[in-house]
Amino acid sequence: MSEAARIHLKNAQGRHYRAATAFRWGALITGGALALIGLSKRSKSGVAIATAGGLLSYAGAKAGAKQRDLIARSSILLNCTPEQAYQFWSKFENLPLFMRHLESVTLLGDTRSRWTAIGPLGKRVIWDAEIAFDRKDDVIAWRSLPDSEIYVDGIVKFRNAPANRGTIITVVVVYQPPAGAIGGVLSRILGKDPSFMMRQDLRRLKALIEAGEIPTVEGQSHGPRSSVAAFARVLNPDDPIKGEGNLTDIANARRRAS
Amino acid sequence: MKAVCWMGTEKMTVENVPDPKILNPRDAIVRITSTCICGSDLHLYNGLMPTMEQGDIMGHEFMGEVVEIGAGVDREKLKVGDRVVVPFTIACGRCFFCQQQLWSCCDNSNPNYWIAEKLMGYSPSGLFGYTHMLGGYAGGQAQYARVPFADVGPLRIPAGIPDEQVVFLSDIFPTGYMGAENCNIQPGDTVAIWGCGPVGQFAIRSAFLLGAERVIAIDRFDYRLQLAEQAGAEIINYEEVDDVVQLLKDMTGNIGPDACMDAVGMEAHYSGPMWAIDRTKQVLKMQPDRPGVLRQAIMACRKGGTVSVPGVYGGFIDKMPMGAYVNKGLTMKTGQTHMMRYMKPLLELIQGGKIDPSFVVSHRVPIDKAPEMYKVFRDKKDHCTKVVLDPWADGVRVAA
Repeated sequence: MSEAARIHLKNAQGRHYRAATAFRWGALITGGALALIGLSKRSKSGVAIATAGGLLSYAGAKAGAKQRDLIARSSILLNCTPEQAYQFWSKFENLPLFMRHLESVTLLGDTRSRWTAIGPLGKRVIWDAEIAFDRKDDVIAWRSLPDSEIYVDGIVKFRNAPANRGTIITVVVVYQPPAGAIGGVLSRILGKDPSFMMRQDLRRLKALIEAGEIPTVEGQSHGPRSSVAAFARVLNPDDPIKGEGNLTDIANARRRAS
Repeated sequence: MKAVCWMGTEKMTVENVPDPKILNPRDAIVRITSTCICGSDLHLYNGLMPTMEQGDIMGHEFMGEVVEIGAGVDREKLKVGDRVVVPFTIACGRCFFCQQQLWSCCDNSNPNYWIAEKLMGYSPSGLFGYTHMLGGYAGGQAQYARVPFADVGPLRIPAGIPDEQVVFLSDIFPTGYMGAENCNIQPGDTVAIWGCGPVGQFAIRSAFLLGAERVIAIDRFDYRLQLAEQAGAEIINYEEVDDVVQLLKDMTGNIGPDACMDAVGMEAHYSGPMWAIDRTKQVLKMQPDRPGVLRQAIMACRKGGTVSVPGVYGGFIDKMPMGAYVNKGLTMKTGQTHMMRYMKPLLELIQGGKIDPSFVVSHRVPIDKAPEMYKVFRDKKDHCTKVVLDPWADGVRVAA
C-alpha cells in the first residue's frame, strides 16, 4: 500500500462521504426504469449509477452535495455519432489528450486504471479507478478504488442530438479531496469552479474530435512581453491574459479561472 | 523576422521576433508578400479592445506564399508554393457552424473561448492579431505568419493578378459585401451607409452590384465622400447638416432608407449630449463602445427595413433605441464576416473585371513605417484610406 493510500485510510471521514455520495447518485437518476448497480465493495449502501436514458440532474447533484465535495458538471455537442464519442471516451488513455490536468491514464486490467493528475509546480496526485458501469454507446461510469488517495466518481452519458446534429455528452465528476497536502493539490487543480474546468476540457475534446486538433497559441512568436506579465504567467500558467483586461467581466472571468 | 507589435495604447513598434513555427498538424506557414492596416486595428491602437497584451503581433489582412505545411493539412487543398490570401477569421471547417457556412462562428478555433464566452455567451471564431479574447493568434503584419486550419481558410490565387487587387479578399471586400448582402436588397431599394472607410467603400459598390437603386453614403471626410461619389453614391457630410436622420427622411419621401448600414462601429463620431455621455463612459472604461451611428441607423431606417452592422462592437451599449427597433419591425443582421462563403465568388468578380479593389489604396509603405501609419490612418491625415505594408521593402530578411 502506498504512503498516500495510508493517509487516505487515516481520513476517518472518508466512509461517511462515500455513503452520502451513494445516495446522491440515486438522486441523480431520472427517468423510469432504472437499473441500480449495487457496489457493495465500495460502501454499504452501494453506488447507484444512472443507466436508463436519464439525464443527470443538476438539481439532484446540487441538493445532495456536501460542503467538501467538488462537483464538475458540463455537457457539450460533438459533431459525431454516439458510437464514435463512446469509442473515444471508453479508451481512458485518451482522456489526458483533452483533460488538461491529467498527465496519464494507464490501464491496469480490463476494468482498472491508474490516473495521474498534475498540479501546480508539478505536484502529482495518483489514484486507481475501476469501471463501475459501462453500456456501449450510452453510458460509462467509473470510480476510484477504496484505497486510493482521493475519491472520484465519474459518469459520462452519450445521446443523439436532434436532427442528426451529433451527440450531446453530459459529464459529471464528483471529487472529495482528502485533508492535507494531496487534497490541497487537488483543490488547486480543480480551481474555484470545477465545472468551469470541465467545460474547458470538453471544449478541447470537441476540437479534437471535430477538427482533429486542439487550437493553441502556445509557442507562437510575439514581441517583448512586460516583466509584470511574465511574472504573472509563472505564477499561473493556465491564465492566458496578462494584458489590459479593462472590463469588470474580464476581471471576473480571470478570477473564476484562477 | 520583422513584426508590428502592440506595445500598449497608441504604442506600435516594429520588433525583431522569432519566425513562426508549425504548432498543430493543420497549420501552415505563409511568407507574407502584402499586408494591410485595417480600420478595426485602430480600435486596438486606441486601446479600446480588452485583452490585448504587450508584445502581441498585429494584423489580420495578409497574403503570401505557403512555405511550410503541417502533416494534417489536406494536400489537395493546399501545398507548399501556393500563393494564397488568408482570411482574417480562423475556421476548422468541420463543426456545426462551419457546416452551416457560419464560418466566423467556428466553435473550434478560439483557444481562449472562455474569455469571449464570459462576455458574449459564446465565442465566435478565433481571429488573427485581434485580442486574446478572440484567440490571441499572432497576426500578419509581419514577414511570416502561422495559419491554423490552413486547408480551410486560405484561398489560392492564380499568378498574374497583382497583390493589390486580391489582398482585400482577406477582410474588407468580403466584409463590405456581406454588409450589403445583409441589407436584403430588393429592386428599387435605397441603402444608407454610415462610414466611407474601406469597408464602407466596398459596401457601397457591393450594394450596387446587388441591385440597389440608390446608395446614400455618410461620412465627414470629403476625400472619402468623393470616393463614394465616384462609385455612384449620393453623399452626406454629416458635419455640414443639422440632422442626418431628418435629411435621410427628406431624401426618401419620408419613407426612410430600406436598409441602413453601420460601417463605423464602436468609435463613431456624433454630436449632442449623448456624444458627451458615451465618450465619458468610454474613457472611464465603463463602456467600450460609442453607438451613435447604430442609434441613427435604427432611427432612420424605414418601417420593416433592415439594419446591417459590419462595424465592430466590443462590449455593451447604452440607450439602444429598442422601442424604435421593435415598433418599426426592423431586422438587424450582423456578424464577423463568414469569409469562406465570399472569397471565391468575389475573386471571380475581380477576375471578371466587375471590380478592382485596388481603388481603395492610398498608401504603400515598407513595414518599418507601420507605427507612424497607424497614427496617420487614425487621424485621417494625408487623405489616408488604406495602408498596404510591404514586409520585405528593403529586401533584407531579418533573422531573429
